[in-house]
Amino acid sequence: MKVTVTVNGTEHARDVEPRLLLIHFLRDELGLTGSHWGCDTSNCGACVVWLDDTPIKSCTVLAVMADGRRLTTVEGLARGTELDPVQQGFAACHGLQCGFCTPGMMLTARWLLNRNPDPSEAEVREAISGQICRCTGYENIVRSVLWAAKHTGEADHANP
Amino acid sequence: MQVPAHVDYERAASVEHAVALLVRYGPEARILAGGHSLIPMMKLRLAQPDILIDINRLTELRYLRITGAELCIGALARHADLLESVEAGQHFAILHDAERVIADPVVRNWGTIGGSLCQADPSEDLSAAFAALKGTMVVRGPDGTRTVSAREFHTGAYQTVVGPAELLTEIRVPIRRGSSARRPGTGRRGTGSSGTGGPGTGSSGTGSAYLKVARRAGDWPVGAAGAVIWLEDGIIADAGIGLTALGAPHFTAVAAEDYLLGKPPSEEHLTTAGALAAGQCRPVTDQRGPADYKLHLAGELTTRVLRLAVARAGQAARPPTARPAA
Repeated sequence: MKVTVTVNGTEHARDVEPRLLLIHFLRDELGLTGSHWGCDTSNCGACVVWLDDTPIKSCTVLAVMADGRRLTTVEGLARGTELDPVQQGFAACHGLQCGFCTPGMMLTARWLLNRNPDPSEAEVREAISGQICRCTGYENIVRSVLWAAKHTGEADHANP
Repeated sequence: MQVPAHVDYERAASVEHAVALLVRYGPEARILAGGHSLIPMMKLRLAQPDILIDINRLTELRYLRITGAELCIGALARHADLLESVEAGQHFAILHDAERVIADPVVRNWGTIGGSLCQADPSEDLSAAFAALKGTMVVRGPDGTRTVSAREFHTGAYQTVVGPAELLTEIRVPIRRGSSARRPGTGRRGTGSSGTGGPGTGSSGTGSAYLKVARRAGDWPVGAAGAVIWLEDGIIADAGIGLTALGAPHFTAVAAEDYLLGKPPSEEHLTTAGALAAGQCRPVTDQRGPADYKLHLAGELTTRVLRLAVARAGQAARPPTARPAA
């Protein structure tokens, strides 16, 4: 079945089986391996990407369901060579250790900050509550997101 | 690696088209909404439909609106839609209480209300909330639309009244007097009590709440209880109780509801109602906890959630002019 999606502003068309999961479509068909395939049970959030303007867990969505829609992955977060403030925050605050959860964490963080530019620490924790960091580096992840909130206005990253 | 088995796929262009596809493909076709219950079941091969009928493009099924005296929720409304609806939260705090503890924010972005209800997991939260609210389900099939009480919707674990050629299209919840604006002195009065001495004496209003005990954030409940209380002049004019994961028939506890009718919401009555609710539950021991603990939860959570619903009913009843701010 033919699927046409716009990923990070670029249109892609592929012929896929209906049972193909979106995470595998992104990684194996399009070669976008920034999104990680983790628990396979919609628990860990390593596979979070945006479907249109909303983060979803791409291990629990079929690629055919995304036909005709826009997708944003971690590869689309930066503007050219300028990192999104969320990415800068993760660098500045040591928001990653092994890095496996990082793409999903950053996409959810950007979505949170677009809706709520000045979140409390509790709101950040709530937003990422469906995502697991197996290094248990949550303190620094939360600090990174709060850093990004503080610095987002400067870079004017309304939408990646 | 978990991968669904081979499956065909059709995209419905309208509700009528979805029904036509269900008729054409027969009982091995399944409606695909958010897929956050169905796709995991397919990965585990617990579900192996021949064909999926994707209804995600049916924007006419994604809505929340107040129509007359009802809150109407389209079956394709996402959990996040319900949680973000200020109006739904004002009328029914129970729905926001429940949604806050269903999975996590990202799952709630895509999982649907109708999908959760049709999955019919015996531990599902909204099944208890809508049972407490005495809601109605609207089901569409080739012969038209029919309505079913929320309490009659589930016929067993993972089973509903929705037939092979039907789909759930809407959930309706009655908005009763006093649920947002106070209308003192209207309606019937409670019977069988003098109406004095209760904590809500003299007040009228509706309050609701939901409480869940889970092993960790976002998990399925070990046990959960929801309550809706309609107070008139300090007397319980109507009560709705919903229970999930606790083996309560039809996700409710009718004996406890009946007991409360016409009584003031005193601590003693709420405690007795909790015991009556537990008496109706037949929980099973599983990985989430032993049956005796779940029975304890059934009673304790019912009493606590009733207490909270009564407190909120009291707040809803308080007219702003009658008690000026201190």
